Amino acid sequence: MPSNDQTDATRDELIQLITPNGERRSNAAYDPWVADVDGAALQALYEDMVVIRRIDAEATALQRQGELALWPPLLGQEAAQIGSGRALREDDFVFSSYRENGVAYCRGVDLTDLLRVWRGNASSGWDPYAINMATPQVIIGAQTLHATGYAMGILTDGADSVAVTYFGDGATSQGDVNEAMVFAASYQAPVIFFCQNNQWAISEPVRLQAHVPIARRAPGFGIPSVRVDGNDVLACLAVTREALDRARTGGGPTFIEAVTYRMGPHTTADDPTRYRDANELEDWAAKDPIARLAGLLDSEGLLPAEVSDAVKATADEVAARLREGCISMPEPAALDVFKHVYSEPNSWLERQQDHYEQYLTSFGSSEEGGR
Amino acid sequence: MAPVIKEFRLPDLGEGLTESEIVAWHVAVGDTVELNQVIADVETAKAVVELPSPYAGVVAKLHEQPGTVVEVGAPIVSFDVPGAGGDAPATDGPDQSRSEPAEPPRREPNLVGYGAAVEKSGRPARRARRAGAAVPATTIDAAAPAASAPAISTEPAVTPPPAQPPAPAPAPAVADAPRERPRSTPPVRKLARDLGIDLTGLTGSGPNGLIVREDVLAAQQGNAPASRQITAEAPPSSGTGGERVTRTPIRGVRKHTAAAMVASAFTAPHVTEFLTVDVTASMELLGRLKASRAFADVRITPLALVAKALCIALDRNPTLNSRWDEAAQEIVQHHYVNLGIAAATPRGLMVPNIKDAHELGLRELAEALTDLTETARAGKTGPADLSGGTISITNVGVFGIDAGTPILNPGEAAILAMGSVRKMPWEYKDEIALRQVMTLSLSFDHRLVDGEQGSRFLADIGTILRDPGMVLTMV
Repeated sequence: MPSNDQTDATRDELIQLITPNGERRSNAAYDPWVADVDGAALQALYEDMVVIRRIDAEATALQRQGELALWPPLLGQEAAQIGSGRALREDDFVFSSYRENGVAYCRGVDLTDLLRVWRGNASSGWDPYAINMATPQVIIGAQTLHATGYAMGILTDGADSVAVTYFGDGATSQGDVNEAMVFAASYQAPVIFFCQNNQWAISEPVRLQAHVPIARRAPGFGIPSVRVDGNDVLACLAVTREALDRARTGGGPTFIEAVTYRMGPHTTADDPTRYRDANELEDWAAKDPIARLAGLLDSEGLLPAEVSDAVKATADEVAARLREGCISMPEPAALDVFKHVYSEPNSWLERQQDHYEQYLTSFGSSEEGGR
Repeated sequence: MAPVIKEFRLPDLGEGLTESEIVAWHVAVGDTVELNQVIADVETAKAVVELPSPYAGVVAKLHEQPGTVVEVGAPIVSFDVPGAGGDAPATDGPDQSRSEPAEPPRREPNLVGYGAAVEKSGRPARRARRAGAAVPATTIDAAAPAASAPAISTEPAVTPPPAQPPAPAPAPAVADAPRERPRSTPPVRKLARDLGIDLTGLTGSGPNGLIVREDVLAAQQGNAPASRQITAEAPPSSGTGGERVTRTPIRGVRKHTAAAMVASAFTAPHVTEFLTVDVTASMELLGRLKASRAFADVRITPLALVAKALCIALDRNPTLNSRWDEAAQEIVQHHYVNLGIAAATPRGLMVPNIKDAHELGLRELAEALTDLTETARAGKTGPADLSGGTISITNVGVFGIDAGTPILNPGEAAILAMGSVRKMPWEYKDEIALRQVMTLSLSFDHRLVDGEQGSRFLADIGTILRDPGMVLTMV
């Protein structure tokens, strides 16, 4: 159990409840956190992971087909996102980076909203308060400050919800993340720093910026940390639940390092074969999060053909809806750019909008518009 | 359920890319493909990526061959898609133009992911083949300046026209010298486009010469038959119907010529020397050869004599037949002559070369020249003919020109321009006589060739042309 007095050795321990071979491993500290997870719950986690992998594959294909400008794949990080995402309560609030499409799925995001920004159709995908998840932050690490600020607000409200922020190994080198941890610790804010260490900050390997496990940084700020096997959905669920409980009960922030692997490119505009060894991908493919859970389910007789077929059908159906929503998305109107800038009327903005309307009108009646 | 043809246009696969190369097709015409089935490998400037099929259907056409560099937005494959059902997107895909135009939100061609609308419709360029084609390896990488490398192989390699002669034939619309377009605002530009008015020909009456709406309207009235008031300010319409310039996109051979010229001019420090020679003896020799039985069926020209003289002189001055290999930091000395001949072709200027010209006798050389020019004029010059040249000749004399300062064909150390043969009063045996005179202009790469070597080489050619018998002292 993480605390500020833990030694480096215990801090570096990787919490794992399912081995890469799909065997359940007992862990006295964390088993209690997932004692309620029965066969049906495991099957549900399996379906979630298969579905978000399918969403990811479909979105990648849509980008290759010219329907999306860009897409940041999460392939390989399904367990970290589903395990943590499914631990959350509805009133918890997520502040993520751009890769947490699996978490967004757990929050119940509309599939079309998920793609809006990547299609260049809107500057923001959804109403954050509708699903209690802020729209993805592209600025590396900036969302950790938002989460900490939100968590400080929870303290003021006297609520017991939690802010959870997701970021990568690269973001831990950003000033924002470090500042956020300083404030989180100072205020003992109910915030979870969930770091998906996927080994690569675009083309920079994690060892260049972290000579010791990233989880060791947090105790320096006075924040307890834990390293978890990020490809083990059950372990991710367990450590997140523990951290949520600490936050809800006045225990302050927790730093979770989920050790995982980005099996795909950084984004669809990246070619990882230019900077990383194919053997590395092979090593991590052997630790695949979905195959691992499938192995466990199978060994317990929980993955008969009708279950896996049903899961696949669900995934295909979700992918078809995603595609349909994407390609039938109407183009935004020129004046939409003025929407959602301020929550209240603003005279300066209205003047600009008025000028812009006049400008558009000056092109004449043809609706073609100026290019 | 009638099948519908759906085109798939090359998307911008990275962020802001304008083109990609088709590396390989994984499907052939007639193949049935599923949605998202990988149909091709495509290489962008950033990555090699797999293209998943956007439709379920049958491949109807592959528009581009592997190895082709395709502009974003160009169609690359067409599918026969079942009219309804299937996995294919039922609604309008990227090729909105093909489906019902009833949808209210009409999409601009500038669809997300397609990058900026492509304005030009040039033929797709091909990328240079990697070494190995029917080209001597030493010369393909000879493509000295990297910028001109693509030009060397498949696309015509181009060389220096010396001084560009006055267009001999009605030249196809040539662009004016680049000139900044007068300022105007986007709505005015759109108005001008709608009305078909070329803004470059207008003078703006707004502040700082800004072209305003009224200027465009005035120009339109100026063009209209029933003009109400043409003021003195209205631009005078020239005889060509008001268009004072014609703008032609820079592409194809012109583009490659330009790239090769720039690369050459700014990489190799050029020196040009001139020598005016009394070639009366050569012309007399030419007359005798034409009359001789041995040359009866050969078209023998002054160019053939100059080419032969150049080969002989080159043997005595081999530094002119070398190449500067910047990458390897080496000078490459050729022990053979691939003689490039600048030729005006239907596609533009090209410099095909005669392989191993040093081994050819005068008759064979003349035949090779006839061959080369006929092939070039027919527009059938192949990539192999265009690559691997070691030195070039450009015959500006055919245009009635005396001399110029030719620009080196990239990767070569020298180029000789031969002027026209004129009868001129000339010193002959200490008197003034009417002699046939020609000026030779030789440009050489001063990195490789010193003034002494260049001068000796030019003098040797001059000596041979002045007195062909002097060859006996040289070989």
